[in-house]
Amino acid sequence: MALSHLAASASRSSSLLKPLSSALSLRRPISGDNSPLTVETSVPFTSHQCEAPSRSVETNPKELLTFFRDMALMRRMEIAADSLYKAKLIRGFCHLYDGQEAVAVGMEAAITKKDCIITAYRDHCTFVSRGGTLLEVFAELMGRQAGCSKGKGGSMHFYKKDSNFYGGHGIVGAQVPLGCGLAFAQKYSKDETVTFALYGDGAANQGQLFEALNISALWDLPAILVCENNHYGMGTAEWRAAKSPAYYKRGDYVPGLKVRISWFVETMVLLSCNLLVLELYETVDVVVLYAVDGMDALAVKQACKFAKEHALKNGPIISSIKEEKSLFCSYWSFVDVHAVRVVTWKILEMDTYRYHGHSMSDPGSTYRTRDEISGVRQERDPIERIRKLILSHDLATEKELKDVEKEVRKEVDDAIAQAKVRNFLLLSF
Amino acid sequence: RKGASVAVVRSDGRVNLNPKGRRAQQLISNAVATKSDSAAASSSSKPGYDSISDLEHELLLFEALQEGLEEEMERDLRVCVMGEDVGHYGGSYKVTKGLAKKFGDLRVLDTPIAENSFTGMGIGAAMTGLRPVVEGMNMGFLLLAFNQISNNCGMLHYTSGGQFTIPIVIRGPGGVGRQLGAEHSQRLESYFQSIPGIQMVACSTPYNAKGLMKAAIRSENPVILFEHVLLYNLKERIPDEDYICNLEQAEMVRPGEHVTILTYSRMRYHVMQAAKTLVNKGYDPEVIDIRSLKPFDLYTIGNSVKKTHRVLIVEECMRTGGIGASLIAAITENFNDYLDAPIMCLSSQDVPTPYAGTLEEVTVVQPAQIVTAVEQLCQ
Repeated sequence: MALSHLAASASRSSSLLKPLSSALSLRRPISGDNSPLTVETSVPFTSHQCEAPSRSVETNPKELLTFFRDMALMRRMEIAADSLYKAKLIRGFCHLYDGQEAVAVGMEAAITKKDCIITAYRDHCTFVSRGGTLLEVFAELMGRQAGCSKGKGGSMHFYKKDSNFYGGHGIVGAQVPLGCGLAFAQKYSKDETVTFALYGDGAANQGQLFEALNISALWDLPAILVCENNHYGMGTAEWRAAKSPAYYKRGDYVPGLKVRISWFVETMVLLSCNLLVLELYETVDVVVLYAVDGMDALAVKQACKFAKEHALKNGPIISSIKEEKSLFCSYWSFVDVHAVRVVTWKILEMDTYRYHGHSMSDPGSTYRTRDEISGVRQERDPIERIRKLILSHDLATEKELKDVEKEVRKEVDDAIAQAKVRNFLLLSF
Repeated sequence: RKGASVAVVRSDGRVNLNPKGRRAQQLISNAVATKSDSAAASSSSKPGYDSISDLEHELLLFEALQEGLEEEMERDLRVCVMGEDVGHYGGSYKVTKGLAKKFGDLRVLDTPIAENSFTGMGIGAAMTGLRPVVEGMNMGFLLLAFNQISNNCGMLHYTSGGQFTIPIVIRGPGGVGRQLGAEHSQRLESYFQSIPGIQMVACSTPYNAKGLMKAAIRSENPVILFEHVLLYNLKERIPDEDYICNLEQAEMVRPGEHVTILTYSRMRYHVMQAAKTLVNKGYDPEVIDIRSLKPFDLYTIGNSVKKTHRVLIVEECMRTGGIGASLIAAITENFNDYLDAPIMCLSSQDVPTPYAGTLEEVTVVQPAQIVTAVEQLCQ
């Protein structure tokens, strides 16, 4: 089923810049269509304790153009927020996401609105990708009642309940236990959905993260922990903060945890490498962890899709487990015992980069060189990558893409103009 | 109903003859005769039923909590319990005994020793609509989860502009026990009281324990329910029928005329013991168990102050920054004109609780001190 992604695909020798299909010789209209297109990710996935998903990502022109537009919108929105902050219309803390748009956009492409996302304070773009409007963003940033939290939350507290976006949290790392709680509720209600709990490389050193990881693994929660590694925890580079900056390996268990594989699942393990069967005394526990190029929206999408599919899986397994009179049965009492639920949890590390400083009060250049920033911008910028992809596949002309950017800029300016005239919440005593 | 009819004098002065409703208060004619360790029978706090045994049953306080929890878990499938050793072990104070067998491991969750994260998880689950009951094995351990309780539990409803409610109940035993040592004798109500967005209640009898537990679970707000280590074995007869206690209402334990004594949790029993002595000496104290630590029931308290004009607060938390300190401020701000004397507040000493029994006794308020304080107040 979902293992199809792992099936060895015919080797695609095409590189990023060559068109793949001759059918694309006629240029399509800018709106794109849904005919499938397969693109290779820029770098292979790095995995830990499992096989990585394939580098070949299925997509289509419409999706690519949507990626482009959405990321351009987010980029424009963040730059505009920068200007508003300098104009003192936004006060307090403002953490900008430009450079990291691929993570928000790629993740959204792999999941549905029923899946939950929770993140920390760099939440403007994630909010938009979950369906938030620009007006809600700017109004909240400027403290107006039309904002998504009525002006009561501010930059760090964007939420959108109807599309399962749970914020928006100011204290580093505190959202990860919350995210595992969301996953618990999903499991409790048998929702068949997953939770993506995002955190940064700075938060990766928080104790509550490991506590939450342990509980999620123990209880088989459909939680996927995503480390958005932009390499700096405010002003501290990752190598100065973490002994092991390989965050995707952080889920590994300490020696001493006994892992015994029962015979009938052995073959399944070999096939898919990421089954987690909870049984009272025999536990197969393979945690899938991998690092993703976070500036490549397609790689993000592939990774998240893979993660989601393997986080929910029905195994046809197992009469002998069913017959076990043990914790196992009562544990699954809320689940159909005839189809034992097999759940994995994952850590994804997204290797990404932020162009701005940590927040608006951080110039971002005291702890890294301008060359580094411009280097990343030149070589790995997510929007440029999609632009090149679109142009090389003749999905749109350069002018059309520039028009999209102009359109997006106008949209952002309009939203700001509208938000500026909105009222603050009235106080009544 | 046969039997002597009971006239009930309410704290607002109304007299209610033939009380039938649950809310009727019973006159306590004598204070409970407890030893200073308050291990014996409780002062009755249930409403005015004549003792018709087929409508009531007798149980201990921890059983009352368990009953409340069980009934709510049956009533609403979204209620779940998480905490250390609540499942298979049955709860370190047996409050969750038998629940894991009945409801399964998904609804009664044994957590690892990770208060910060499992409290956070409870809050995250509550954001989606589940109603978790998070147990701290000892209230003091919840200090590790302070960030989650303060920022997420208390504030999420506000910072999300009302999108999320957090119908969580955080409960656990606190207070000074029997030589448990400084770290296991903490009173967290003083630390939590400033958190905007949460409600705090303290139970003291089996009747109000069950009622408050049920009300807290049904409430859409985050509620912290403070239990006390030494009160778990109190015995009382409680009604069979389904009932809840108002989360924001104080309880009139003993109406009186001379002085208002405000107390909560274990100190209620020290007060009632002192009341017995005071009655013998000719005083008529009005004893109110404030129950609702945040917000205060200023209606009941105010009416009492207007009647007696003298206030004594007896509490177990520290003098500095405690519930008494806030209560003094609230009463002074609102009822200053009605006071004939400055408010007196008896609290525990501002020291870590010693291990030695004699020293520990001295750090908490004893009935003799309460008697002296009332005498001083009523001069």
